[in-house]
Formats: sequence, structure tokens, C-alpha cells
Amino acid sequence: MSEKEVKNMEEIFEARIARDEKIEPKDWMPEKYRKTHIRQISQHAHSEVVGMLPEGNWITRAPSLRRKAALLAKVQDEAGHGLYLYSATETLGISREELYDQLHSGKAKYSSIFNYPSITWADIGAIGWLVDGAAIINQVALCGTSFGPYARAMVRICKEESFHQRQGYEIMLTLCNGTPEQKEMAQDALNRWWWPSLMMFGPRDEDSPHTAQSMKWKLKRKTNDELRQQFVDQTVPQADILGITIPDPDMTYNPETGHYEFGEIDWDEFWQVVKGHGPCNKERMEARVGAWERGSWVREAAMSYAEKQEKKKIAKAS
Amino acid sequence: MKKEWPLWEVFVRSKNGLEHRHFGSLHAADAEMALENARDVYTRRNEGVSIWVVESKYITASNPEDHGELFEPAQDKVYRHPTFYNLPDEVKHM
Ligand SMILES: [Fe+2]
Ligand SMILES: [Fe+2]
Repeated sequence: MSEKEVKNMEEIFEARIARDEKIEPKDWMPEKYRKTHIRQISQHAHSEVVGMLPEGNWITRAPSLRRKAALLAKVQDEAGHGLYLYSATETLGISREELYDQLHSGKAKYSSIFNYPSITWADIGAIGWLVDGAAIINQVALCGTSFGPYARAMVRICKEESFHQRQGYEIMLTLCNGTPEQKEMAQDALNRWWWPSLMMFGPRDEDSPHTAQSMKWKLKRKTNDELRQQFVDQTVPQADILGITIPDPDMTYNPETGHYEFGEIDWDEFWQVVKGHGPCNKERMEARVGAWERGSWVREAAMSYAEKQEKKKIAKAS
Repeated sequence: MKKEWPLWEVFVRSKNGLEHRHFGSLHAADAEMALENARDVYTRRNEGVSIWVVESKYITASNPEDHGELFEPAQDKVYRHPTFYNLPDEVKHM
């Protein structure tokens, strides 16, 4: 294709998206669209998968069978979310193996929030309430994104997420209505998870140069700062109901705008964790790579069993 | 010898009376594993009563580039639709 033809194709392509048409895997697409989507969808998939680690940490120590069953189901959902999203990424012409490789080699990123440790049971409450809460805000915005397989995966995921947040909030509620020590645990978890949750929406608008492009492709419907504000506005009243305090002395309600105004995020910490220097980056990757490597004989055995069965079938038939 | 598990497409009937619909895909070593995985990945909340799996390589798909050739001829055949035919209003039940 000549440069002019490509330009023409690109214009037709952009117009389709502007008309709210979906792009399907075999449609022509600009290379940049393909690359950006591989990066974003796989990053999302990796986040679901790595996100199982901090919660998996508490499955065997859940305080009751009810909590254990719920947490197990939630973590299993996250595995499912990872799988929907890996499949969506693969439709763009990259193999699962390559995707894992990118994660394991550190080339691909995942949400930084999962590089924080889950040190008490209250953290499981805070993760469901805040981390899944923030994820839902991001994901609802993506249900109308332009790439068909991504949008469909998002719709399924959103349907499953609301239980995640509710089970987390219920844990917090129970702790807050418990003994003073339990309530203190809940407060401590909020203290540690609040700021990292705000960071989940990404850098400030003026520091995220791809916003305009992402808006055009409907990878974003609202800017990072707008989504962050939405999260704060919905979460502060929920903390009030729990009777615990958001660890931000600058938090004030502005009756004129109807929004909460909050303090400055520690962006140094944000970039440190993104660059791999968070409290658990190393541990998380070791867990992932270790699981992949330890499982390799199982994958190979299953494959050779399948091949043998196939051969037997053919021999029988002839 | 290192081989990736092949890709399978998953179709689920959500309830009797409805057709199987494409739900997504997954990797599995063989058909039996593909069915088991499909159950875990796509029907954790009673989404289905029946599952089909088929290895993706057996699906032949039309090419979007042939879209015009394949589907445009149908566009000018308005006489395939009931509204093409002019009948007086007095004619009922037709
Ligand atoms: Fe999820
Ligand atoms: Fe979740």
C-alpha cells in the first residue's frame, strides 16, 4: 500500500470509530491501533492475574467458611477475567506464550496496586472495596470501547465485579461494627490502601500524553483526573458509613461544585512503584514466573497425552 | 519439544430453546480439557446448559476485504422484503 492509500484507509477507519462502529480482529487497522491495543489489553490481563496474589494470600486464613468461599470465588473470577482478556489480546495476532514472556521478563506492566502487601485480613476488605471499586470505574468506561473483543470482555467482567466490591465492603462493615481492635484494623487498611487506590487512575491529565489518542479510539471515555474524582466522590460517603477516616487532612467537600477536594498524591511513590521499586514487585514476579516454570511439565504431559490419544484414534479408524 | 496448547472456540447455549452463541476462546490440550475449562471460564454463574468447543483452526471465516462482494448484492434486492409489495389497506392479515 502506498502512503496515500494508508492515509486514506486510516481516515475511513477513524470515521468508523467516530460513528460508533466496532472494529473486529480481521478488519484492517492502523499498526498503531493494533500495538496500542495489544499493550493495553494485555496489561489489563496481567493485572487481573497478578491481582490474584495479594488476595490468594488470605484464602487459607479467611476467618469463616462464608468468607473463604466468597474470597475463593472472587479470586477465581479474577483468573477468568485474565483469561477473557488474554483471549481478546490474542485476536490481534500475538500468542499467549509471548504475552506471558512479556510479563515475566518485565517488558509488560501490570497495575501497580498489586505491588503492595496484604498484611492483615482487613486488607482483603479494603482491596474489594477500594481496588475493585476503582477498577469498576475504569472498566465501566471501557464497555463501549471500539475494539469488539475488548468491549465484550469488559461487559462480562463488569457484570462480575460488583460482587467483588460488595464482599469487600461487607468485610469492612463487619470489622467496623466489631471490637475496637477490629475497627482499628479496618482503619489501618484504609490508611494503607487509600493513596495507592487513587494512583490506580494513572498520572495527572497533564502528565498523560496519550489521552487524546485514547479518547479517539474510545480506550478512554473520561480522563484520569475525571475518573479519579468520580472515585473520591463515591467513596468518601462510604467511608463515613463505616465510621473510619480517609487519611487525607486536606479532604474537604465543596458544596458549590458538589465534589470533594483532596490532597496531593505522592507522585514520586507512584513512579517508583511503576519502575519496579514497590514493596512487592520482586515477590509478585517471582511467584508468577515460579508458577509458570513449575507447571511446565504438566503442560507438556497434557499435550503429549492428547497427541497419543489422537494417534490411537487414527490407528483404530484405519 | 515445546508446544503451545491449541486454541479452542467456545459456544454456549444459555437455555433450552436458544441457540449456542460464541462466548470466547481458550487454550486446552484436547477436547475434553477444552470442555472442562470452558465450564470453569464461561459458566461460573449458570450462564449455560450446553457447551460446544471446536478447535479454532477448523473455523473458516470470511474475509472483511470481501465484504462488498459478499454482502452488497443483497442491498439492492428490496423485493426480498414484504414491504416492497404495495397492497391496499383493506387487505388484512397479510
Ligand atoms: Fe477483575
Ligand atoms: Fe474484581
